Amino acid sequence: MRKITTDIAIVGAGSAGLCAAYQARSAGAEVLVIDENHRPGGQLFKQLHKFFGSSAHRAGTRGYVIGRELLERVEKSGVTVWLDSVVYGMEKDRSIGVIHDGENIVVDAKKVIVATGAKENYMAFPGSTLPGVMGAGAAQTMVNINRVLPGKRIVMLGSGNVGLIVSYQLMQAGADVLAIVEAAPKIGGYGVHAGKIRRAGVPILVGHTITRAIGEKEVEKVEIAEVDDHFRPIPGTEQIIEADTICLAVGLNPMTELLWMAGCRFCFIPAFGGHVPMHDANMETTVQGLYVAGDVTGVEEASSAMEEGNLAGVSAAASLGLLTFEAAEERRKEILGRLDTLRSGMFGERRRTAKEKQLAETAAYEAGRRE
Amino acid sequence: MRVAKHPILDDLDQSKKVTIYYNGKPIEALEGEPIASALINAGIRSFRLTQRRHEPRGIFCAIGRCTDCKMIVDGVANTRTCVTPVRDGMRVETQDGVGRFEKPAGTAEGDGRP
Repeated sequence: MRKITTDIAIVGAGSAGLCAAYQARSAGAEVLVIDENHRPGGQLFKQLHKFFGSSAHRAGTRGYVIGRELLERVEKSGVTVWLDSVVYGMEKDRSIGVIHDGENIVVDAKKVIVATGAKENYMAFPGSTLPGVMGAGAAQTMVNINRVLPGKRIVMLGSGNVGLIVSYQLMQAGADVLAIVEAAPKIGGYGVHAGKIRRAGVPILVGHTITRAIGEKEVEKVEIAEVDDHFRPIPGTEQIIEADTICLAVGLNPMTELLWMAGCRFCFIPAFGGHVPMHDANMETTVQGLYVAGDVTGVEEASSAMEEGNLAGVSAAASLGLLTFEAAEERRKEILGRLDTLRSGMFGERRRTAKEKQLAETAAYEAGRRE
Repeated sequence: MRVAKHPILDDLDQSKKVTIYYNGKPIEALEGEPIASALINAGIRSFRLTQRRHEPRGIFCAIGRCTDCKMIVDGVANTRTCVTPVRDGMRVETQDGVGRFEKPAGTAEGDGRP
């Protein structure tokens, strides 16, 4: 089996991976980015909405424009990108198994950055396996990337930002969103997104859930009901909606498989989507030389994924001696400052607390290991 | 249904078309798009049947993770249609059950290929 070596190997060419690649390459590292998809950019190119944050985060710029610019920077920088290439495993010594161009190759990198992102959660209810029930992100991919409507009459489950934004984008693409159903007593996402939905006349039904998808071979109708304080459907409150499609926007979970294989320690943080890898302030996991960035470290959003990618790229390059301690510290300070802004305010606070917990658990584990 | 016009994105370029065959029936597809979107555009949402109860399944994640959309493509079972681009003349068939892997002619034993 052919073996190749490089300074830094990055798994995942999405928001975090591309930023990490750019930073590491700019510092002078030889960088190989591996992605199983046909195109780079991860989920950035389906984000049509304007991003939030400060001007440093390109607030007010649409996600796919940010993606286009990032990709251009990376391509010019001299990073090697392998597309259509599946990373199927990682050993404890951080060597990576890849199928590239039909060939089984071992990549032996001095440092590895895993930026594999997250996948959508599923929610089970009778009929939930019928064709026509899909992730909200899946519907978003279909309309914004593949330019095809996955359904005409849609019910969205979940009123977080994904549920709100995808509903609006489905309407922009010409679908009817009949309702957004939310079990919690209040809307989960930003008011600005919810406002656009409400002004378009779409009801956001809080305190409701989907109880059933009805149909012989695919979704033909959807049954919803009110829920009580314990989120149990209240008998007698059922309503039928004549919809052909259900989108589930019920959160995401990090794609951590490679990190488990490599022997990383994990902690459990529900606000981040479940089990997340322990990592320090430099994004290094408990396996030396193995870094993480983006949603795989805990589900947040694209802007923080990009900043974590920057951080991991700088840290990995610095650990190879490609940046002086002072230069690396200065970069890290800037990036951490921007991350701090992203993790503040009414919605960011929860993520800040979660990240602090993750760092504290990592520190406690490392302290125990040194004893 | 195609999203040809869009308030934010450019008009969809539909100039390069290919033909794929769904269970023998010709379907028009756009060059470069995944099989799944070509099928959905043609009004097909049921892609495979489960092994035990033969229940229909369609796309769920559309990013190649959940494998709910797998079909038999040019004779290869368990192909993820949401991340596999169309090719002119491609044969796409409903997969009933888990599908069978067949060793392509000329490949050695144990070389990691299906």
